[in-house]
Amino acid sequence: MSEFLQHLINMLVLGGTYALLGIGLTLIFGIMNVVNFTHGVLYTFGAYIMFIVVQQLGLNFFLALPVAVLAGWLLGAAIELTLLRPLRGSDIDTTMLVMIGAWIAMQSGTLWIWGGVAKSVATPFPEAPLVLGPVSVSWLRLFVLAAAAMLILVTYLLINKTSLGRAMRATFQDHDTASLMGVNVDMIYTSTFAIGSSLAAAAGALLGPVYVIFPQMGDLAAVKAFAIVILGGLGNITGAVIGGFILALAEELGAGYVSSGYRDAMGFLIIIAVLIFRPTGLFARAERVG
Amino acid sequence: MTRALGLVPAIALATALFGGAAAAQTIKIGVNEPLTGAFAASGTYVVNGAKIAADEINAKGGILGKKIELVIEDNKSNPTEAAAVAEKLITSDKVPVLMGAWGSSLTLAVMPKLMEYETPMVVETSSSGKITTTGNPFIFRISPPSAIEAAAFKNIVDKLALKKVDFLVINNDWGRGTAEDFSKMMKDKGITIGLVETMDQGAQDMSAQLSKIKSSDSETVIVTTAVDQLTLIFKQAAALGLKKRIITTGGSQNPDQIIAQAGAAANGTMHLTTFLPWFPDKTPNPEATNYFIAEWKKRGFDFAGCTESFRGYDGIRTVAAAIEKAGKAEPAAIKAALWNINIKGLNGDIVFRKSGPEGKESGQSQPNVYLIEINEGKIEMKTL
Repeated sequence: MSEFLQHLINMLVLGGTYALLGIGLTLIFGIMNVVNFTHGVLYTFGAYIMFIVVQQLGLNFFLALPVAVLAGWLLGAAIELTLLRPLRGSDIDTTMLVMIGAWIAMQSGTLWIWGGVAKSVATPFPEAPLVLGPVSVSWLRLFVLAAAAMLILVTYLLINKTSLGRAMRATFQDHDTASLMGVNVDMIYTSTFAIGSSLAAAAGALLGPVYVIFPQMGDLAAVKAFAIVILGGLGNITGAVIGGFILALAEELGAGYVSSGYRDAMGFLIIIAVLIFRPTGLFARAERVG
Repeated sequence: MTRALGLVPAIALATALFGGAAAAQTIKIGVNEPLTGAFAASGTYVVNGAKIAADEINAKGGILGKKIELVIEDNKSNPTEAAAVAEKLITSDKVPVLMGAWGSSLTLAVMPKLMEYETPMVVETSSSGKITTTGNPFIFRISPPSAIEAAAFKNIVDKLALKKVDFLVINNDWGRGTAEDFSKMMKDKGITIGLVETMDQGAQDMSAQLSKIKSSDSETVIVTTAVDQLTLIFKQAAALGLKKRIITTGGSQNPDQIIAQAGAAANGTMHLTTFLPWFPDKTPNPEATNYFIAEWKKRGFDFAGCTESFRGYDGIRTVAAAIEKAGKAEPAAIKAALWNINIKGLNGDIVFRKSGPEGKESGQSQPNVYLIEINEGKIEMKTL
């Protein structure tokens, strides 16, 4: 029983960051319809910003987090302005190829700047874990869960309760009508991509100190983010959050009770199952086609 | 203007010719190591150790009157890349001999290429038994296979009063091979084997496996993986309140790095290593060990890397000794000469003995294995 409780606690902590990765990608992949291969690199980028600010500049850990989010926002905006804007209206394959190129170039860039050897970031949290009866959890991971929950809430409110969010939803439902209604469509494209990117950077900044930081760390994260988005239904924020927790649960229980060798295969098994039984995702709204 | 432009290809040609002539003055040694990916830290240390050996040899005038030149390629911690890189080194760089490829799965992927191109390779780190038992006569290994580690560990299991043991190993030839060899030895000693958990080489979160191990009734966990994953395991085990004795194998732990990154969580852990940089006087070749450590520090490298980098140092010295003995830098001659060398390695004499099926034996030297314990942040040697 205590093992099961421990798995549940691990699932909560892991799920929070998966959800953060998922909502960032669902904004870009689901709502904007861009197959964003740079999502994992933005995740890596956020982690390296933490490394620069905390380890190299010696500044405060909590200050580094908003810096990483802002840096992710700026890099995302730059990608949208330089790569995606000229390609708007071109077919999905062209965009996909350009994004694959951007992914490879940026990953090689991180390798070139920081080298392949993993870096770690010191945190202000105590080493001794919080012990609750039979289960224990590190303070750092609790903080990560709380920060992820806050970011998810902010994103949810931004999309559903603000005029920017309304303009975003309008733009991606019907680009021309939104434009006729006075929405600055160009600005909406850039900010949506930037927000999605900043969430990926935030996830990397939060998880970098938990694990270690290296140039390829984003690859597996990106694959998981795609799994979460497909699981939750394209463009569905609530779906992405729940999808993140389902993936974490499947990995924890899969590793704990089935076979630890297949832990990272769980995400793919889920994608296959979802595509067979509910191709639009678990939480997709009924959608008009065509 | 036209005439000036015409000069450019002429200069380029001359440079190429001259460059080619300069290259012929060196003896190339191919180095196939993971410089990126899951084993980047370890592979980089090995390459830095190899460079110390090359510089030392060249400072003394090189071999056969020529300088040696390391052609270093990154196998990206990926078996497919390791094989591709080996092919590139042999066919395009024309190296007569290789050193590599750090991980067992990486080395196993390179082995068919060695057969294809009949080029020998000195294996400096890999510990899967399969490498020297499948009948590849181009393999010369200076690192201990996991069966040698298990045999060395055998003498201390009674003193440690092991009763039930779990395993947490990297999910590749190295990890699975170690679990197999150690389980066999322990079963013979009457020790019960509990869980055998695996983790992907790139996995960063081992909490699920550790939670499972925490709930088992064993008192000891044997962990096999490289340093980056090990430090994560120590941190995550501490966060889960896992209170079992942890023993690591494989010699790629860099204990100082574990102390630095895992702090108090490292206390009481034991590690099977293949080098003793903390006690140079207890190594088989103190003079060389002291020289190597001094040179390592002089170059500004992290002391923690010594337990890994010495392999690259020994590997290149092994290759150089064979080329010297062969009298020419050709694959077949080097392969024959490797059987006849006897050099003082940092971890014992490097003399190759035959291993594997008759007629196509691989070479295996008999390095030492040590057990150390981390106690209050200090490294202590245990007698095996």
